[in-house]
Amino acid sequence: MLGTGILKGMVETAKNFAGSYHDPERLTTVEYPEQRIASKENARQFPFLVHDTEDPMQGLRCVACQICEKECPPQCIYIVKSKDKRADYKGQMQLYPVTFDIDLSVCMSCQICVEVCPFEAIKMDTEFELSNTDRFGGLLVNKHQLAKSNEHYRKIHPTEAAVSDDALAIEVAKAKAKAKADVEAKAKAAADAKAKAEAAAAAAPVGVAATAPVPKPSAPAAAPAAAPAA
Amino acid sequence: MDGTQFMTFHDLAYDAGKTDFQRKAEVIGVGREGELLEVAMGPQHPSTHGVFRMDVVLDGETVVKLKPVFGYLHRNHEKIAENTSYLGSMPYTDRLDYFCSLTNNWAYALAVEKLAGLQVPERAEYIRLITAELTRVLNHTCLAGFLLQDMGALGTPLMYAFREREKILDLFESLTGARMMCNYMRFGGCRCDLPAGWLAEARKVVAEYPKFLDEFDALLSGNEILMARTQGVGKLSAELAINAGITGPMLRASGVDYDLRKVDNYGIYSRYPFRVPLGDHGDVYDRYMIRMLEMRESLKILEPALKDIPEGPVVDPKAKLRGFRPKPGEAYGRIETPKGELGFYLISDGSPNPYRYRVRPPSLINLTILEDMCLGQTVADAVITLGSVDIVLGEVDR
Repeated sequence: MLGTGILKGMVETAKNFAGSYHDPERLTTVEYPEQRIASKENARQFPFLVHDTEDPMQGLRCVACQICEKECPPQCIYIVKSKDKRADYKGQMQLYPVTFDIDLSVCMSCQICVEVCPFEAIKMDTEFELSNTDRFGGLLVNKHQLAKSNEHYRKIHPTEAAVSDDALAIEVAKAKAKAKADVEAKAKAAADAKAKAEAAAAAAPVGVAATAPVPKPSAPAAAPAAAPAA
Repeated sequence: MDGTQFMTFHDLAYDAGKTDFQRKAEVIGVGREGELLEVAMGPQHPSTHGVFRMDVVLDGETVVKLKPVFGYLHRNHEKIAENTSYLGSMPYTDRLDYFCSLTNNWAYALAVEKLAGLQVPERAEYIRLITAELTRVLNHTCLAGFLLQDMGALGTPLMYAFREREKILDLFESLTGARMMCNYMRFGGCRCDLPAGWLAEARKVVAEYPKFLDEFDALLSGNEILMARTQGVGKLSAELAINAGITGPMLRASGVDYDLRKVDNYGIYSRYPFRVPLGDHGDVYDRYMIRMLEMRESLKILEPALKDIPEGPVVDPKAKLRGFRPKPGEAYGRIETPKGELGFYLISDGSPNPYRYRVRPPSLINLTILEDMCLGQTVADAVITLGSVDIVLGEVDR
């Protein structure tokens, strides 16, 4: 009969309409600014720079290697390297970014900067309310606004942060082991040199020893002083 | 209408040397100026699915000439890709057909994998199949909603469709981090493994989806108004479809059995049996029904695939993220996206950037025969014919 299809459709609409009053499954929207849906753990919106210490600028993991600047598809990152170096989280002397700007209006949230960063220094934030009243300055986000703590990262991406923390812990352990090995090696070298010099001094005739090995003791003397610094 | 010749797609090509004025004079003919009306539909017309213009010449309400004008959304995608690294083009492929970013990713990754000789691990193949089929379901759901919107069923079907689309988008967000611009596939696998609990959620969505399809079918497929509006409208013959290089559901609605999932057997499609629905008449109704049926077939693939997915790595260990330079050579990777055959043709000269990067967009090629489908029909039918082609302007204009 003509019209049955239409009536069948109307029944579906009526079911949905009636259902929306008592069946929570039928209510699919939320009243946004008041109600919010928690963001997904993997969600990515805009990058931030991770720092480890109290002072954000001192503890930035970024070493201004500029890989992200090069790899960024829309070229929205701008970095200026520092002239001097400072110790990073594992005590190695590294450069740091004097300027680190990301243009919010150009960034397309693709996460490639995060993937290519070898230092776990840049990560994606889940914050999405990024509108601004200042069209130019407000959308150019500088390193002071970008810096966020590692605790924040752990809070928004717990699974990822655990992996990242493990990787860094391994790096730190490696650096410590290497430093320790260096200290031991230097001390050993110093001891060897000292023993050699003493042996030489003892073996050689007194008159000759006074002239020849004079420069030698200076090297072992310098080594113990240098070891604690390394 | 006597004496007015219907112009076809092929005639337009011969027309190329003439000025607009000459062409118009030819179509209108001497002494008919007052009877024909030229209308520019778009580029900001709500029924053109984006910034797309149809220059239509009307005799009363009948279309006697239609010229699709596109390029308003041109972003220089191919040239940009030739100036960025291979990896850097991946997020740009999301923006081609922004409903189906995961299938775009897959087609591009496939081309680069052929070029660089990378192997995709088993688990990654499963993830690709699952996400691609979810994308197909998502795209066809949206299309059904939009098509009904074009026909004047304002609101209800589109809202029902978007309600379901949201569930799949939630899955994509928890997997890839973004709802639409997924940027998930990598050369030789996928970017990250599935998060905990994702498979269970996906199984739930897939298990509940047939309920929605039944509801949608009850709502619309038997509707007399829908049938009256769509049956016999925008007919496309199988011969013309093949000659014009049409692919995807449009080709199959004309009765041509051609599905790259069967023809190419890329990925792991050969492991799952599924049927390829074929149309009989090649009209708008067939194109609508083909998509409804394809969704059910996709769900048939998804259900076992979500059970079979093995453990293991998701990316080829040989694949390099930084400093990726494939050997000189060329490759063409193509897959069956929800809209048709999407292909990427790449030439490498051994540098970090492709020497040539070319996209074969299904939307653009399916759009080229719009005039042949619309001639002799009313303006309102031209609108739904365009709707049934299923274009996304991001892909048409690139």
